[in-house]
Amino acid sequence: MENLIALLVAAPLLGAAVLLCGGRRLDAVGHWIGTVLAAVSFVIGIVLFADMLGKGPEERTLTQHLFTWIPVGDFQAEIGFQLDQLSMTFVLLISGVGSLIHLYSVGYMEHDERRRRFFGYLNLFLAAMLLLVLADNYLLLYVGWEGVGLASYLLIGFWQHKPSAATAAKKAFLVNRVGDMGLSIAIMLMFTTFGTFAFGPVLASTGDASEGMLTAIGLMLLLAACGKSAQVPLQSWLGDAMEGPTPVSALIHAATMVTAGVYLIVRSADIFNASPDAQLVTTVVGAVTLLFGAIVGCAKDDIKKALAGSTMSQIGYMVLAAGLGPIGYVFAIMHLVTHGFFKAGLFLGAGSVMHGMNDEVDMRKYGGLRKYMPITFVTFGLGYLAIIGFPGLSGFFSKDKIIEAAFAKGGTEGWILGSVALLGAAITAYYMTRVMLMTFFGEERWRNQPTASPDEPSAEPAAEHHGAHAEPHPHESPKVMTIPMIVLAVGSVFAGGFFSIGNRFEHWLEPVTGYKHGNPPVSALTVTLSTMVVLVIGAGIAYAQYGRRPVPVVAPRGSLLTRAARRDLLQDDFNHVVLVRGGEHLTRSLVYVDHTLVDGVVNGTAASVGGLSGRLRRLQNGYARSYAVSMFGGAAILIAATLLMRGV
Amino acid sequence: MNPVNYLYLAALLFTIGATGVLIRRNAIVVFMCVELMLNACNLAFVAFSRMHGNLDGQIIAFFTMVVAAAEVVVGLAIIVSLFRTRHSASVDDASLMKL
Repeated sequence: MENLIALLVAAPLLGAAVLLCGGRRLDAVGHWIGTVLAAVSFVIGIVLFADMLGKGPEERTLTQHLFTWIPVGDFQAEIGFQLDQLSMTFVLLISGVGSLIHLYSVGYMEHDERRRRFFGYLNLFLAAMLLLVLADNYLLLYVGWEGVGLASYLLIGFWQHKPSAATAAKKAFLVNRVGDMGLSIAIMLMFTTFGTFAFGPVLASTGDASEGMLTAIGLMLLLAACGKSAQVPLQSWLGDAMEGPTPVSALIHAATMVTAGVYLIVRSADIFNASPDAQLVTTVVGAVTLLFGAIVGCAKDDIKKALAGSTMSQIGYMVLAAGLGPIGYVFAIMHLVTHGFFKAGLFLGAGSVMHGMNDEVDMRKYGGLRKYMPITFVTFGLGYLAIIGFPGLSGFFSKDKIIEAAFAKGGTEGWILGSVALLGAAITAYYMTRVMLMTFFGEERWRNQPTASPDEPSAEPAAEHHGAHAEPHPHESPKVMTIPMIVLAVGSVFAGGFFSIGNRFEHWLEPVTGYKHGNPPVSALTVTLSTMVVLVIGAGIAYAQYGRRPVPVVAPRGSLLTRAARRDLLQDDFNHVVLVRGGEHLTRSLVYVDHTLVDGVVNGTAASVGGLSGRLRRLQNGYARSYAVSMFGGAAILIAATLLMRGV
Repeated sequence: MNPVNYLYLAALLFTIGATGVLIRRNAIVVFMCVELMLNACNLAFVAFSRMHGNLDGQIIAFFTMVVAAAEVVVGLAIIVSLFRTRHSASVDDASLMKL
């Protein structure tokens, strides 16, 4: 059985190699090759899962050692895989949701002439992410980590002819690089402290290291997680990453990439458990991002950017839960899985809406679409109900558990974190209701006005055959796109309830992450009820603002907070002022020092030597007789000196 | 006869030679003056040999003569080729090396 683990990674990797090296002759079938190989990975995952279920909880970890990658003295880098319950959960999520997104892309990218290449990149993305979650040591995880960064760069910038897409790809890559630096420092610290970076030995021997060292490793891992999972302060790339094709957004937000940070923290649970300081910072980062993303999501008129804000916020919930320690790890992963379903569904729904609307992304130019796109409406609606935590749907179970766990942290911290999580739930209800109302309800604001302004190139090449500047004719998407949406909607509805029956998700993950039931200071029922209350309040405010009043097509000026939130709460401005300007000033002062001080010393030396030699060369007049005088003079002086010395 | 007089003569000859090297422009004359200086030295060596009663000075004089002969060979060759290229034996004309 364990020999199958490598195949999980190998199948999509083979797909990427074949599609990217195969050339044009594969254009006709390339997308199906990519989809089938992603599905192969999923099927192998199912087989391994069935095998795992047949064993006792303590014997479920499978390992496969392939070969030694870099053997240098004490430094042994192994290529080996480890499949335990945590990896298994991720494998099923990544390959399952990934396969659905592949299938959807077959329809979505139908008119793109570079579709084969797109599927090659998608397969590369899956392979890198699977490598990341299956590695049995931090160095191999780092390989997958970088692979994910590369694939996201290629996919975000897939429409590289648009300068905005090329810039967004570069931004995502550079911001991620900061996080990657954190991970590499953490791995180096691990090697100096423990002498190895394999999961087993490192996590088993955390007791031998000082708490300060563990805190340093934990904080560096957190920095890495912040980069990949778009947490404050490294969150700025996520909104711009919407420049990529919509299936890419779905893949990044649901199955791959942003979940990697949460995986890293939960995988390194023992390190965080041993360092309360690192845990505290993790919860603070999660709580801040949770509000940050939610507020940004409230102000965006671009449907994809509103969803991106929502992702940031939901990942914030997961990081918050992961920072809570054993009472939260399980729920972080549970929310990650349910979020994978409904966020992929929401993004695919948004893509379907754009597909029918000439790639218009401004929700102010939508409205009343439920009549024209019934399937999209229903699936998007179920995803919406799931994400706001409507009772009985997936998000309800997972988010409620996180809020409970936050209160159960205890003390003032518990109250603050719990309240923030609760407030986040209210804002989530608000912005998602807003998206829902602006898109599917209200007047048909797209009538009598061309979408996509003429001076901008059509956002997505898929629209070209529609005649991008005419009034849109909303229509339902083809089956190849709606089927994945329906499957994901089913997952959004039932996954949470399925996981919660008899606490089976807790029991499933307990051997890996550990689980301790946290008791909130107030009863669990009170927490659930107050979640319901804030949910109704949030959705009610959104209804009052966007459901009962007509939505203006041109965005109103809005309050100071709205304007700031439209600019992503000034995160880019902050980065610009502090990092870009700061860097420029540093460079300029260094150039000044270089010009005055360094060049001054060098040039000064040269000039003084030059001046001296200019004077000396006058002696060289070229006349043999003047040299003879010098010789006689010199000889006379020498002889005179010798005689004088002897005389003394 | 007092050997010191030979030394006076040697000094006189050396001074004449040195002055000639410094003030004459014609390469042949400069060359002859150099020979004069060498032979003045030879005279001094031989005189000293006589004064001290050993042969060291005379041996050195032979060496000097050998060096002078070699110098004549090389020096005359240079002067001849210089004259061929410049149609002048003036040492001041051979000043290509100056700036």
